[in-house]
Amino acid sequence: MTGLINKFLPNVVANWEGDNGFVVAIWQTLYMTFVSALFAGIIGIILGILLVVTAEDGIAPHKNFYYWLDKLVNLFRSIPFIILLAVIGPFTKLIVGQTIGPTGALVPLVIGTAPFFARQVQLALVEVDPGVIEAAEAIGLSPMKIIFRVYLREGLPELIRSGTLTIISLIGLTAMAGAVGGGGLGNMAISVGYQRFENDVTIVSMLFILVLVFAIQWVGDFAVRKLEH
Amino acid sequence: MAEQNGIIQLKNIDVTFQNEGKTIEAVKDVSIDVQKGDVFGVIGYSGAGKSTLVRVINLLQKPTAGSVIVNNQNMLELSQKELRTARRNIGMIFQHFNLMNSLTVYGNVDFPLRDSGLSKADRKKKIDKLLDIVGLSDRAKNYPSQLSGGQKQRVAIARALANDPEILISDEATSALDPKTTTEILDLLGRLNKELGITIVIITHEMDAIKQVCNRVSVMENGRLIEEGSLLDIFGNPKEQLTKDFVNTSTHIGSVLDEIRDSGIVDKLSGRLIELNYIGDSTNEPIVVELYKRFQVEANILFSNIERLQNTTVGIMLFALTGEDDKVEQAIQYLNSLKVNVKEISLKKEGK
Repeated sequence: MTGLINKFLPNVVANWEGDNGFVVAIWQTLYMTFVSALFAGIIGIILGILLVVTAEDGIAPHKNFYYWLDKLVNLFRSIPFIILLAVIGPFTKLIVGQTIGPTGALVPLVIGTAPFFARQVQLALVEVDPGVIEAAEAIGLSPMKIIFRVYLREGLPELIRSGTLTIISLIGLTAMAGAVGGGGLGNMAISVGYQRFENDVTIVSMLFILVLVFAIQWVGDFAVRKLEH
Repeated sequence: MAEQNGIIQLKNIDVTFQNEGKTIEAVKDVSIDVQKGDVFGVIGYSGAGKSTLVRVINLLQKPTAGSVIVNNQNMLELSQKELRTARRNIGMIFQHFNLMNSLTVYGNVDFPLRDSGLSKADRKKKIDKLLDIVGLSDRAKNYPSQLSGGQKQRVAIARALANDPEILISDEATSALDPKTTTEILDLLGRLNKELGITIVIITHEMDAIKQVCNRVSVMENGRLIEEGSLLDIFGNPKEQLTKDFVNTSTHIGSVLDEIRDSGIVDKLSGRLIELNYIGDSTNEPIVVELYKRFQVEANILFSNIERLQNTTVGIMLFALTGEDDKVEQAIQYLNSLKVNVKEISLKKEGK
């Protein structure tokens, strides 16, 4: 077994441990994915809820606020991620003190993902039956309670579905951020595997990312199945 | 004052919507006064403004003009918080039930109780009692997706009753249900009215639903309230064309007349065709017998429909009178002298 691995994946073995090895790269990818998912998740849910409740047919309509928030979300969604990485460098430095390494990648990852997720949240929540919202209003619930007890509750399966989708696309972004200095499996695949012609490293990096994607998809599907009646 | 102030008083309500520069007048100058204990029906075709009108009662729809007084409270002067408290006194059920799919039957009924300040044990007692009232005690752990339409509406009724409201609004609550289930749900509403004294406002496009439970009826057309009265008034003596249409559909006389026109019976009929409407104790047979005894006029009954509305007989009868011309005329005058509505019907094929 060990012989086989050594034979077919010599560079993977050579690059397994150490500061620039696979083990560290995997941790860096997980770190970038989950920390930015956490922040982008919180920001996205807040923005998504604001979009739904302030829309014209929402429970607290606010024409101007909705107009500008909607435009802002679109604006940030439209910036290609690779350019965003470069453009917000100074801002990143201000927030986390560095622009390279996994921590330096967090700020662009959050800013690149939150508007996307906000849109997903908005789409998930407008799917909640307006009749149920009306029933809650008729019962005498405040807008805050309607958000927590009706929107987030009834929309939960759909939110998890979009959350899963968002995390998976976030993994894609971590690979891109990695390639330009963020570290992680993306960096491994490009700066080691691709640029040094060590193809086995590229392929194994890709396989690790696929495993991560499938695992997240599986957890998401499982949660949705549990929640839907 | 002769009449007590109603529990729901809508005065001169206008509701207008702006839609792409066009102004839509959904409700125009409507006033209704619902007395405590009424089962108040609002009937009209879809788009007549009924749903918009009843949503004004709990201010789910703000009126453009007019005043809304519920339980002696001016609803339009309340703060948001006071309005939410006032809404707990007004239960509401909907055409599509509007239950939370993520909650069980028990959870749905508990939903409005979570802010009631009751302890969990007291809430459970109350929910068990409510589910018992609507006959769903054995379904507490089910989710709405596992229930039939009628059962879902029962859950919605239990939920609407959770905060012991004095008023229940039913917005086309039976329109998505089959006839048998509709009858059951309406029976349940009637029972709630009698046993709990709850005032009910029902909107529907079906006269049969009105007939089954309402004591008072309003008819709406194009945003206006065109006719209002007790069930017996409306049913026995409809004035507006739309009201007549609803009543005719319900008694089937409309389709009977069409059939008589189309089937060629008309040509064979001799004599004059009379439609008789009566409320109360007059019955068919004595009239027919009397006509023959007094005037030797034969009454050939083509159609007859008798219903009991609120323990009063309401009848409709269609017959052809044959006999000597002057005798027939006398017979018609005799009928006019009774407490019945007499209408002569021309069956000539009109170019419709």
